[in-house]
Amino acid sequence: MNKLTSHLRNYTKESILAPLFKMLEAFLDLLVPLVVAGIINNGIANNDTSLIIRQVMILVLLALISLVCSITAQYFAAKASVGFASSLRQALFDHILSFSYTELDTQGSSTLINRLTTDINQVQNGLNLALRLLLRSPFIVFGAMIMAFTIDVKCALIFLAAIPVLLAVVFGIMLVSIPLFAKVQSAADSLLSTVRENLTGVRVIRAFRKEEDEVEEFGRRNNSLTDMNLFVGRISALMNPLTYTIINIATIILIREGALQVQLGILKQGDVVALYNYMAQIIVELIKLASLIITINRSLACAGRIKDVLETEPSMKYASVSPAASDTENAVVFDHVCFTYAKAGAESLTDISFTAKKGQVTGIIGSTGSGKSSLLNLIPRFYDATSGHVLVNGADVKDWPQQELLSEIGIVPQKAVLFAGTIRDNLKWGRENATDEELMKAAELAQAKEVIEGKEGQLDYELEQNGRNLSGGQRQRLTIARALVRNPSILILDDSASALDFATDAALRKALSTLKDTTVFIVSQRASSIMHADQILVLDDGTLAGTGTHQELLASCRTYQEIYYSQFPEERKEADDVRK
Amino acid sequence: MSGNNTLMKVLRFIRRYTLLVIISILLAAVSVVLTLYIPILFGEMIDHIISEGNVNMSAVGEQASLILKLILLTSAATWIMNLINNRIAFQTVRDIRAIAIRRLQGLPLSYLDSRKTGDIVSAVIADVDQLSDGLLLGFTQLFTGVITILVTLYFMFRKSVPISLLVLVLTPLSLLAARYIASRSYAMFRKQSETRGKQTALIEEMIGNEKIVKAFGYEQTASERFSEINKDLQNYSQKAVFFSSITNPTTRFVNSVTYAAVACLGAFLILKGNLTVGGLTVMLSYANQYMKPFNDISSVITELQNALACASRVFAFIEEEQEIPEKPAEMAEAEGNIRIDDVSFSYDKNSSLIENFNLTAGKGMHIALVGPTGCGKTTFINLLMRFYDVDDGSISVDDTDIRDVTRHSLRKNYGMVLQDTWLKNDTVRANIAFGRPDASDEEIIKAAKEAHSWEFIRRMPQGLDTVISDDSLSQGQKQLLCITRVMLCLPPMLILDEATSSIDTRTELQIQEAFDKLMAGRTSFVVAHRLSTIRNADIILVMKDGKIIEQGNHAGLMKQNGFYRHLYESQFALIENHA
Repeated sequence: MNKLTSHLRNYTKESILAPLFKMLEAFLDLLVPLVVAGIINNGIANNDTSLIIRQVMILVLLALISLVCSITAQYFAAKASVGFASSLRQALFDHILSFSYTELDTQGSSTLINRLTTDINQVQNGLNLALRLLLRSPFIVFGAMIMAFTIDVKCALIFLAAIPVLLAVVFGIMLVSIPLFAKVQSAADSLLSTVRENLTGVRVIRAFRKEEDEVEEFGRRNNSLTDMNLFVGRISALMNPLTYTIINIATIILIREGALQVQLGILKQGDVVALYNYMAQIIVELIKLASLIITINRSLACAGRIKDVLETEPSMKYASVSPAASDTENAVVFDHVCFTYAKAGAESLTDISFTAKKGQVTGIIGSTGSGKSSLLNLIPRFYDATSGHVLVNGADVKDWPQQELLSEIGIVPQKAVLFAGTIRDNLKWGRENATDEELMKAAELAQAKEVIEGKEGQLDYELEQNGRNLSGGQRQRLTIARALVRNPSILILDDSASALDFATDAALRKALSTLKDTTVFIVSQRASSIMHADQILVLDDGTLAGTGTHQELLASCRTYQEIYYSQFPEERKEADDVRK
Repeated sequence: MSGNNTLMKVLRFIRRYTLLVIISILLAAVSVVLTLYIPILFGEMIDHIISEGNVNMSAVGEQASLILKLILLTSAATWIMNLINNRIAFQTVRDIRAIAIRRLQGLPLSYLDSRKTGDIVSAVIADVDQLSDGLLLGFTQLFTGVITILVTLYFMFRKSVPISLLVLVLTPLSLLAARYIASRSYAMFRKQSETRGKQTALIEEMIGNEKIVKAFGYEQTASERFSEINKDLQNYSQKAVFFSSITNPTTRFVNSVTYAAVACLGAFLILKGNLTVGGLTVMLSYANQYMKPFNDISSVITELQNALACASRVFAFIEEEQEIPEKPAEMAEAEGNIRIDDVSFSYDKNSSLIENFNLTAGKGMHIALVGPTGCGKTTFINLLMRFYDVDDGSISVDDTDIRDVTRHSLRKNYGMVLQDTWLKNDTVRANIAFGRPDASDEEIIKAAKEAHSWEFIRRMPQGLDTVISDDSLSQGQKQLLCITRVMLCLPPMLILDEATSSIDTRTELQIQEAFDKLMAGRTSFVVAHRLSTIRNADIILVMKDGKIIEQGNHAGLMKQNGFYRHLYESQFALIENHA
């Protein structure tokens, strides 16, 4: 737990003081039965009213000191646990940001978000409780036992026998029921997903007239959840009655034994009362301890999950020194590149080689899953090639410092993601110090100028989370502008015109063609979007099925012909006619 | 809906468990009374132990065996009560959910479409749980709490009136202290949850879209923005946690003072001979216990209010008006002649959508729906499948108004492939055989081959028995399975909505062949972006902003020189430029 405990180091003082004050408070609590015994044995027996008053004052004083101790303990516990959680949250956030795409793929963002929110909150609660109570309860249990020993060894032996029996029962029931609760939870999850399925698939279910079957299936899951709940309930319902019985039987034995001792003159009546009170304290603390252990267990599970994330090392190492400058004509070179996603069985890219010269436009086309996006992702080094080399401006991407490589490249991802904040904030993701004129110039190229000008406040227009208050096409144009703000030497468009109508798509391509110094990569499903590229890469199941211009490929590449003619059937007819 | 009303509805659900409820209440009373009575017996037991040589051992023994019997009785009562409460709670949950899911199937789509899935799911799952936890267990707790207080007071007053009065006067102090602290910490809690909300939003944006964050090298800025919120959160959380956690010590302090006061008064009463030592022991333990139910009751009441709110959401869902009852007549296997007669429809009564629309589609005709995204092509499907009913006019199949037959018999005649590829979390086989559960494996494989899905099904780990999970299939593969599902049924009429939108063009070509086979001789409605694939349709409906603005065949619409022509040319003009 080293990765976690290190965050507690700044709060060492608090984490020691909190339980200490809590123990002090507990210790004072333990004195109370003794003081009461004093009242009974000496005050009442000797009719000494001043002694009674004095003892009562001691009780009030004890209460007051214990209040101060307790509040001090709560303060330190709150400071340590909240401080720990905050420091851990920041570290976890930063650590997750250091992950490369491979880690993000394997971990999944919803899991990571859960770790940062629910799990850390659980750990905070658990730590807070643990600091305050984890030592206190056992301390009182054993303290009460020791106090009992100081009163009478023989009676105290009854405690010694009762406590392990109690603990065995409490932990036995917990051990049996906790795994069962996990099963109940998964049954409940499956019930929930059935409801969700019924809602998302309502049209299909009704179209196929499956309403009755769905009700039946839900009924089966509903019944099995109920049965499981009842079964677990039966076990956990034993907890209270059993502990109650054990404690009270022990009390009966204790008082009977006490009676014998008093009869023999070894003990006084007040001592029996004190023993009885200690027994009562033990009950209360054991019950608290049981629920505390459940909470702490849950927190430990969360802490374990957080630790797993913290211990996942980012798989990529970056160079710290810029690669030697080379005045190559080639912007991007793929040299026998193969690529396999982590944990995937088959290669996604096999032996890809091509060269994109500076200022050239490269179109990439192929069916879904043919490896178009995978290929693009290797250029900014989001993933590392499994074998072969990817060169950017003459240097292997592995030799570039991360930020330096990224600053060369403008990326427009498939999914048009924008962030809460103004349009200006969003565009500045491209370049922090860009001026408003530069932003508008990029927007104009991206056909996004009219989008911005149509909004109240223009660049100051506030976007909601994920840019919800824009249409898909508007979002896409802004993401293109965002990439252009960077003045990238390499621009990557990953099927990023899919939400644009054909006219805007064409205007965009025309505007981009004015960027003479920028090397452009365009991935598209539409043959019309890439047919004018300087070169077209045709991907088929991870391999390069053809490279060349539209005319060359139409003449020689079967895959390209299939794609093209499937979209332009009339041209196929013409081509067929020509052939005849 | 008033709280009372909701309560009555909950009670109606519990009615079948009336006997169990009565037994539970009786057992609760027994267990509370005994739990409180046993300390008195212990006190009396201690009273038999006076001093050396002055101990009534036989009385102690008798008392001990009486207590033992009562302890066993109490435990048994508590255990049985727990079991019964569990049964009532879990079975009520089950009953309510079973009804909820049945009602869901009969709800009009207009209701379901206008609500978030998450809200309905949480009404059926979380709210029902809350209802049972809060209302059923809350009532038990409230009931035992009240009995505990009453019985404690009774026993205390019987033992010693002055001490009881003292406790009665002092205890409200701790309630007041608790309330005071709660009101102070509330403000901090609110700030904490506001800040936490901000932080969660940032986390969702930055971690949810981390690939973008990384692509733009935004990590540093993100970390700084996070740090700023995180510091605020630390500040507010620390205060909220601290303020709320001083409630406990404070009430405990008040209790301790009460305890000391009882000890003091008790001692003097013993000296005067008005109380025994055993009696004082009892009073001391009561003084400690007396407070607990008060704290419980105040938290139970919040819980009950919350549960009532949940219950009203649950019942609002269950009582939502169902679809218009259908006429019992069954539609026979249709020929596929569809007539749309002067139909008007809108989702929102204030703005009209489709007005006086007419269309006659003979058996085997192909009708294409064309228009920009979001133009309302699904509205059309909603009406044909009778997911929604027309406001005016009529739709008839083979001269039968579709409102005159059961929905099932109408839908049986349609095969549907929607844009949103919905599959069950079940095996591939179950998904393909969704419309025909009795289909043999041969038939399933044949359909899969025709729909070109067999290629990838064959390669899946367990073939047809592979369970489909959310991300085990690509969008294209899902769509192929949806097509296979219809391929197996071969109904006389088809609705194909964007059926090929996310399948690459090569696969699309293959599917197109399969579709042609499927559509041959069947009345088909096809929605698609690709104009080229629907150029051969018998009738093209051009839609824009939810309305049908043009209608005709390709040649006719091109001649009209309207929106269709514009749409068509915006795609193909580009080709001409570059050819």
